[in-house]
Amino acid sequence: MANSDCIVLQGGNMAEAHPVGFQWVAEAKARGATVIHIDPRFTRTSAVADRHIPIRAGSDIVLLGALINHVITHDLWFHEYVIAYTNAATIVTEDFADTDDLDGLFSGFDPESGTYDSDTWEYAQAGGGEVEDAGGEKGEQSSTEGDHGPGDQLGSGGAPLENAQVERDETLQHPRTVFQLLRRHYSRYTPAMVQEMCGIDAETFAALAETITSSSGRDRTTMWGYATGWTQHTSGAQFIRAAAVLQLLLGNVGRPGGGIMALRGHASIQGSTDIPTLFNLLPGYLPMPVAGLHDTLADYLDVVSGPGQKGFWGNADAYTVSLLKAYFGEHASAENDWCFDHLPRLTGPHGTYQTMMEMLDGGVEGYFVVGQNPAVGSANSRAQRLALAQLKWLVVRDLSLIETATWWKDSPEVASGELRTEDIETEVFFLPAATHVEKAGSFTQTQRLLQWRHKALDAPGDCQSELDFYYHLGVRIRELLAGSADERDRPLLEMTWDYALDEHGDPEPESVLKEINGYEVVPASGEGGDRTAGEGPGEAGDEGGGSAGSEAREGVGRALSGYAELAADGSTACGCWIYSGVYAEETNQAARRTPHGGDGPAQAKWGWAWPADRRILYNRASADPDGRPWSERKKWVWWDEEAGRWTGSDVPDFPAELHPHHRPEPGTGGVDGLAGDDPFVMQSDGKGWLYAPKGLVDGPFPTHYEAAESPVRNALYTQQQNPTRMLYPRGYNLDAPSAGEAGVEVYPYVFTTYRLTEHHTAGGMSRWLPYLSELQPEMFCEVSPALAAERGLTHNDWATIVSPRAVIEARVMVTDRMRPLRVDGREVHQVGLPYHWGVGEEAIVTGDAANDLLGVSLDANTQIQESKVASCDVRPGRRPRGAAAEELVADYNRRAGVTPQTGNQRLTDPEQEGRG
Amino acid sequence: MTSSPQRHSTGDLLGHQLHGPTDPIRDVGWDGTHARKGFFTDTSICIGCKACEVACKEWNRNPRDGDLEITGWSYDNSQSLGASTWRHVAFVEQDREAIEAARESGRRLVSLGMPTVRDGGAGSEGGGATPSPDTPLPPTSPPDTPEFRWLMASDVCKHCTHAGCLDVCPTGALMRTEFGTVVVQDDVCNGCGTCVAGCPFGVVERRSDGTAAPTTRRGERKGEQPAVPKEGVAQKCTLCYDRLRDEETPACAKTCPTTSIRFGDHDELVTSARARVAELHAKGMTEARLYGANELDGVGGTGSVFLLLDEPEVYGLPPDPRVPTADLGVMFDRAGIAALGMIGAAVAAFVGARR
Amino acid sequence: MSPISPLEWPVLRQLRGRDALGRGPAVTSATTRELTSRNARADRVVQSVCPYCAVGCGQRVYVTDERVTQIEGDPDSPISRGRLCPKGSASEQLVNAPGRQTQVLYRAPRSTRWQPLERDTAIDMIARRFVQSRRRTWQDTDEQGRPLRRTMGIASLGGATLDNEENYLIKKLFTAAGAIQIENQARI
Repeated sequence: MANSDCIVLQGGNMAEAHPVGFQWVAEAKARGATVIHIDPRFTRTSAVADRHIPIRAGSDIVLLGALINHVITHDLWFHEYVIAYTNAATIVTEDFADTDDLDGLFSGFDPESGTYDSDTWEYAQAGGGEVEDAGGEKGEQSSTEGDHGPGDQLGSGGAPLENAQVERDETLQHPRTVFQLLRRHYSRYTPAMVQEMCGIDAETFAALAETITSSSGRDRTTMWGYATGWTQHTSGAQFIRAAAVLQLLLGNVGRPGGGIMALRGHASIQGSTDIPTLFNLLPGYLPMPVAGLHDTLADYLDVVSGPGQKGFWGNADAYTVSLLKAYFGEHASAENDWCFDHLPRLTGPHGTYQTMMEMLDGGVEGYFVVGQNPAVGSANSRAQRLALAQLKWLVVRDLSLIETATWWKDSPEVASGELRTEDIETEVFFLPAATHVEKAGSFTQTQRLLQWRHKALDAPGDCQSELDFYYHLGVRIRELLAGSADERDRPLLEMTWDYALDEHGDPEPESVLKEINGYEVVPASGEGGDRTAGEGPGEAGDEGGGSAGSEAREGVGRALSGYAELAADGSTACGCWIYSGVYAEETNQAARRTPHGGDGPAQAKWGWAWPADRRILYNRASADPDGRPWSERKKWVWWDEEAGRWTGSDVPDFPAELHPHHRPEPGTGGVDGLAGDDPFVMQSDGKGWLYAPKGLVDGPFPTHYEAAESPVRNALYTQQQNPTRMLYPRGYNLDAPSAGEAGVEVYPYVFTTYRLTEHHTAGGMSRWLPYLSELQPEMFCEVSPALAAERGLTHNDWATIVSPRAVIEARVMVTDRMRPLRVDGREVHQVGLPYHWGVGEEAIVTGDAANDLLGVSLDANTQIQESKVASCDVRPGRRPRGAAAEELVADYNRRAGVTPQTGNQRLTDPEQEGRG
Repeated sequence: MTSSPQRHSTGDLLGHQLHGPTDPIRDVGWDGTHARKGFFTDTSICIGCKACEVACKEWNRNPRDGDLEITGWSYDNSQSLGASTWRHVAFVEQDREAIEAARESGRRLVSLGMPTVRDGGAGSEGGGATPSPDTPLPPTSPPDTPEFRWLMASDVCKHCTHAGCLDVCPTGALMRTEFGTVVVQDDVCNGCGTCVAGCPFGVVERRSDGTAAPTTRRGERKGEQPAVPKEGVAQKCTLCYDRLRDEETPACAKTCPTTSIRFGDHDELVTSARARVAELHAKGMTEARLYGANELDGVGGTGSVFLLLDEPEVYGLPPDPRVPTADLGVMFDRAGIAALGMIGAAVAAFVGARR
Repeated sequence: MSPISPLEWPVLRQLRGRDALGRGPAVTSATTRELTSRNARADRVVQSVCPYCAVGCGQRVYVTDERVTQIEGDPDSPISRGRLCPKGSASEQLVNAPGRQTQVLYRAPRSTRWQPLERDTAIDMIARRFVQSRRRTWQDTDEQGRPLRRTMGIASLGGATLDNEENYLIKKLFTAAGAIQIENQARI
């Protein structure tokens, strides 16, 4: 980041959310880089940026699209880079129809299911035809392709293609080249449209365009940084895609000081996506199998890695088999498809919001909540709390008695009488957790760097790490099932659970890390009996159980040096292929602590970065097609002709000895299929995707739609909202009318939620700390002086904020940092709401939860909720208490004519458009 | 330290110990092993994160402050320096008019060639480079003058060259350290409060029950802090005296994410502060100015130097701080003989009594 | 303790030395003279990583008498260079928080109160409920007879604050158990 010449921070508030990361921005700025902050609010990031550009929340694709248009129209794109490294020259099938043809829809939309069939989006096949996707079963893709959301992109790259024998026109003149389609798609994204939809005037737009284009090219690079201001929208994945397209056109990907940086909010949010505690993924971005699509291992591998696909996903069989070996040890064999049938199957999205609805419907009995506070932190947190009351049992593991642990006695619903403690059947277990200094383990930070934490001291009292808790829970469950002949219990009994134990009988974290890294499987000596609970390793504390100290586990051989060693024949086991190498040479590479990372710009001797310790992904693109640095100033990785290999300041993210001029035999798949100028090694055609023929469920090009709730009409198309967004019409999840619908004036303002430097997410790690609580003691709302005047709000007094879901109160902060924008011919007011507070009796500071106001509408790619834009009304004074609060919301909804169907039509009625 | 006390007239003895440029370390008799330490707080790169406030409280074990209510002062909920808050970040929201006024007032300071003598507003100064009369002044409104700005500035004890708190302390609780900083010795302070009135910046405060306002919430919740330490004694920033003894950086400067707070040798900091002002002036930001770097001001310059982007008052800092004992030297000279006589008599009486 | 010497009286030191006004060495108390950094006295210093956001700032944890006495930035870290934000700076208070809960608690159905519980008992009770709920809500196949082999009756939330090794065990245990509804903050 400190290498950038221009840093654009959009959809994020880096100085507030990541102050220490911001030092690199500050440093780049001190060295002369321009810093631009594009955000609805003037924040602490804006305060130190060279320029703040206020934008209407949720209109980012209009701005990015207009920049793409500007770059193409004014011929400011990086020709050599774009032609060689992107799919600009690739020709798309003639069946493809764009949003301009279909007034906001792409070809292939099915209004019944709300999904696209992406057949018509494919590349044309060289010699006629089109490039088949490998899977076939299109109907199921809404769930499987959710795998390729923004959180996942670093790992997964693009979706598979059968093979990459695509037709290209390197002159870019063919009307169906990606480049020409791109030009046409964004031709209506003009400065005038930016003015109309984003509230950014033409002069400001021109200055922005000039800054980023003059800071890109051979000798200069621009970086884009985003956070949840982009992801938390019903088109969130496409916000990021739009920035990626722009950055590829400018040649800013894979090069120092370039790229798109996700600024993430939790210590291991990257790690918990790589090694997912997510429903749709297995470790290393392998998808969870889906019923009907992945019924056998062969089906599964066909879908995950088409045999002709280029790049590293071509070896998905080795990654999958090695994972199954790690999970099920000697029980996994070629004969039983490596226990593939031990894996449960998905039948659709099973994300946290679907789970909440299942809870409300009574389908979920038990719930573990571990270091998260959904009663405050999840969208529609009111519904979350009501859902918890439907559980049979709840386990909360945290440091303090967070609201998710105590809702049954001190939630707003108990206060209002909606819930009665004496009627709530839920059993609640609170288990105190160990802090980060009371356990050893690794976090993966936002740039994919794993850093090991050493244990400083024992945890107090009953406090315990998750590693210890889940290990012992697994041991007890296996004891309870020991001897079971039931087929369904076999996966639990056959899973490897024999980690090395310390003197307290708790698992050694490094023993788990070695399994994640991968090891050579040592064939069982003797008959290789059943390693089930009660008889084999796995029983805690027993002599036959896990061995103390670092004694080798049975069947566990040499630690692998990297994923290139993985095999599909059962000779290797690996818990997460992208992390392979973190324990190379039996050494915890994540614990490397050479001060400052040692010499060299990559600072590589500090921690370990996946994959294969690479610090910049796709860094082959930092050299030109001939393998030479684009410029002396921006050199990073280049081809050393004498040595016959790639070299430079980083580990090349490319086959080390693949000559830049190498061209594979047509039809070759996997790593061998990569050409010497295919830098995007995780994409199935080795190119950066300006156009995504697969992998996104809502279109191959990012397209602007309004938020699920918006008082503003979509000026680009009749289609108002993203037609693929996930809809949940429920009584507790009502939507406000949008522009053009009756009742839109009842909820006239846009609110946006965010965090502050002084607190952490839902407050579990900050509202219990005196030093942080005093710095931001109370919930507040930020409004402009104009809105305050319009609604009679008094600075520092109270305001009541109403949405179709709930009503909350907050102290009023009237500030020039909020300003109304002129959009679509009228003033649009935005209300800012930090979301750190919750109602309860335990925290040092409490307050109403902003998330109560939010509804659940999800991005179909990622299942992420829209929490950055929604509609509300604001009025002076405190909110009503007790049942009167519910009555107030009901009254608003009556006046707005809101029903569960409001806002839940997929396709916008063209007549309604006229009324807008 | 030499063992033989040097003989001076009282006037010489006091030298510039009470006003004007001086070396405060040698003035009090330290041997000068250490250079004078201080802070340079460059508010132009402060992001208002308040890490300094927290790191300070963590290190010094200072209790939580205030009454856990929002103040309405932008994002500032700690309000001011006090007995338990030794770093305080001010937040100032300004519109274009205020920005232009700041730029203009800074421009006037530059055109004065920076105030080298104290004549009103001398707490601040225009920066290092004294422009020759024909140096073209930067425009008042460079093209990038924004519509709005949000100033953030981390305040701290000034560790004055002539420290009012120190000069009026009757018990010897306040002292000048070998690093040139001013600290309260908790075990000596009797809580008389004289120093509170002696500080021209309002930094020193006696610690009451750990909350600045009458508290209604103390002990109400689990998680409230336990008993407040050091109740009743005067408290303020020590520039992490204990950490300095072990060559550690003060907690606030160490943690500051953007190096807005820098710690180091006072003279070097002042030099780099002047260079930073010149750099900002060259960009047309004439609003930039230093605070506390003028050794001819009413406190002889401060150990903690600030780069501000507007008048000091805007940040809640006094424009012309003046140590109350600035004129004491003259008076002391006249009363010197009598004073020494009284001390001599007291010692004699005491020694006599012990016999 | 050394015997009190009249020569150490501040007023005599004041007259003896160069600190005539009694503002420097003459007035130092014994505590002041012996002052050192508590970090320098720590029993051990352990390298760690900040638990709050995803920047991954390096921390140094100072431990004395099996208690954390200070957590501050690790200057060796190429990511953070010794700096921490307000949350990271408050890490010591996170560990030693006055409101931190260190005992297992249990709330029975319809109860209005917490009651303490032995940790082993709690884990046993949870394991039993896990097994029972799994049996009750097991789905072997879908309506078309395709294998599902799962339970929709047990769900899990959280992971982005946890270690990779912990997330690995959670995913492995739940997947083997057929509990597919696992989510974390990556989708919040």
